[in-house]
Amino acid sequence: MKQQDFAARYEAGWSELEQRLERDDAIGADFPQRYRAVCQQLALAKQRRYSTHLVARLNQLALRCHHRLYRDSAGQRNLWLRFFAVDFPRALRANRRLIWLSLALFLVPGIALWIGCYYNPELIYSVMPADQVHHLDAMYQPGIDKFGRDRQTDTDLMMFGFYIKHNIGISFQAFAGGMLFGVGTVFFMVFNGVSIGAVAGHVTALGYLHTFYPFVIGHGAFELTAIVLSGAAGLKLGFALIDPGPYRRVTALRLAGRDAATIIYGVIVMLVIAAFLEAFWSSSAQLPVAVKYAAGAALWLLVLTYCTRAGRGFAERGDGA
Amino acid sequence: MSSAGRGKPLPSERVVAPLDTLYQVETPEGIDLQADLAGPLPRAIAYAIDSGLRALVLGALGIALAFIPGRTGIGVFLLISFLAEWFYPVLFEVYRNGQTPGKKWLRLAVVNDDLTPVRWSTSLVRNLLRTVDFLPMAYIGGLLCTLLNGRFQRLGDLAAGTLVIHRPEPAPAAGLPAVRPCAPPAALSLEDQIAIVDFAQRHAQISGDRQRELANILADVVDARDDAAVERVRGIGAWLLGAR
Repeated sequence: MKQQDFAARYEAGWSELEQRLERDDAIGADFPQRYRAVCQQLALAKQRRYSTHLVARLNQLALRCHHRLYRDSAGQRNLWLRFFAVDFPRALRANRRLIWLSLALFLVPGIALWIGCYYNPELIYSVMPADQVHHLDAMYQPGIDKFGRDRQTDTDLMMFGFYIKHNIGISFQAFAGGMLFGVGTVFFMVFNGVSIGAVAGHVTALGYLHTFYPFVIGHGAFELTAIVLSGAAGLKLGFALIDPGPYRRVTALRLAGRDAATIIYGVIVMLVIAAFLEAFWSSSAQLPVAVKYAAGAALWLLVLTYCTRAGRGFAERGDGA
Repeated sequence: MSSAGRGKPLPSERVVAPLDTLYQVETPEGIDLQADLAGPLPRAIAYAIDSGLRALVLGALGIALAFIPGRTGIGVFLLISFLAEWFYPVLFEVYRNGQTPGKKWLRLAVVNDDLTPVRWSTSLVRNLLRTVDFLPMAYIGGLLCTLLNGRFQRLGDLAAGTLVIHRPEPAPAAGLPAVRPCAPPAALSLEDQIAIVDFAQRHAQISGDRQRELANILADVVDARDDAAVERVRGIGAWLLGAR
């Protein structure tokens, strides 16, 4: 069949399909059949060596149809609910060794610096510059209105925005650092552990126990856990590069990235909750200390129970996410 | 002489594939789809456009929020700037067919490496790893990775399994020039037929001088030069396509 006859015969169908693709709404129940017809016509055009122009046009049409057809099935109800009830805790338990490693990288330097700064008042100046230490002392002094912020006139909403940007930025960097064979993540975890441990030890040595710990314990359940989890996600990437097992490094990285993304979704939500608590709840000096401790303990219990017990006993999902 | 048992083919036997940025995927329907990979330059320009757009919106927002008394405005601004920094590309890639405004301007799109649309997890991984691509500064790490990789993938693309392809506007069907079809004066091989048909169909895209130059290559075959040769070659092209 000559090319012109071929084009004349099928031109109407191609234009109609192109118009359908322009519209974003319902694509029509016969779309899969139309797509398969276009695929067949493309194969014929290639085999009969029709002109480059025609083949390119059919190729583009097939590409756009393919893109439209193989979209994610977004019609699953309660996807987010299921994610938080089942998928996220399961992902955590499946990666528990990495989480322990991340926790160790965070805690061991943290505790070491805590002890160091508690017994040696000079050590904090090796970790932070002097004016930052000064800020620190001002932030947790008993008697002020709001703990943990630089200026007392900063509103809660502003601190909420600040915490979101700052904390989530840190955890994303810890995750991304895993790409450098895990070295970046190790650095971030150790660095954060050192900073937080040094601050805690120094503030305890100053005697600001009942301003600092009630402040931290409330949102710490979410924030510290989230930092450790994002470190674990970064380590997952790093280990995929270091020891790809039976896969090529690129494939191992891709598989690890997909799993790590699940953890990161949960980390983002936890950090938003932590920022909310940190800005609006933890910092207020109005609440009595006992209430803060009780609430903090309850939140820690909640987070730990969630990570260890949630999601058990549900049926496995049929398809992989 | 065969190269069996020798490992490498002899130089005369080696088939040299032309250097190109085409990427081919076999679909479940059994055909091969071909996509055009986008190199670092269009992507860099698209990124610059996106950054400019973001800076503009954030700047306008910052000015508007400065009028709110107290520091509440700063909180809202920090929130929005955080979302803009990390999630602006993710939202556009998931909801707008893989095209952020900058990419749409340059007719690029982000797809998975089997040419299906990106999902949340792939887009998130791809964009969160920008931090690593940015090292040591100004995306030099990402640029190097793009150039070393066969598919122009930066580190984020490698981890997520995505590509950036060209997605041109659907081109209108090429009309044939108004010529009298004439049969080819000699038997033509398939390659020659395709070349002549392409010449006829691209009459609107090639400059007149170039067309004359090309047609003069066949001057002896069609017994004409310059404009007459162009007419004749186009006529042969029309005839080959089926016009009588």
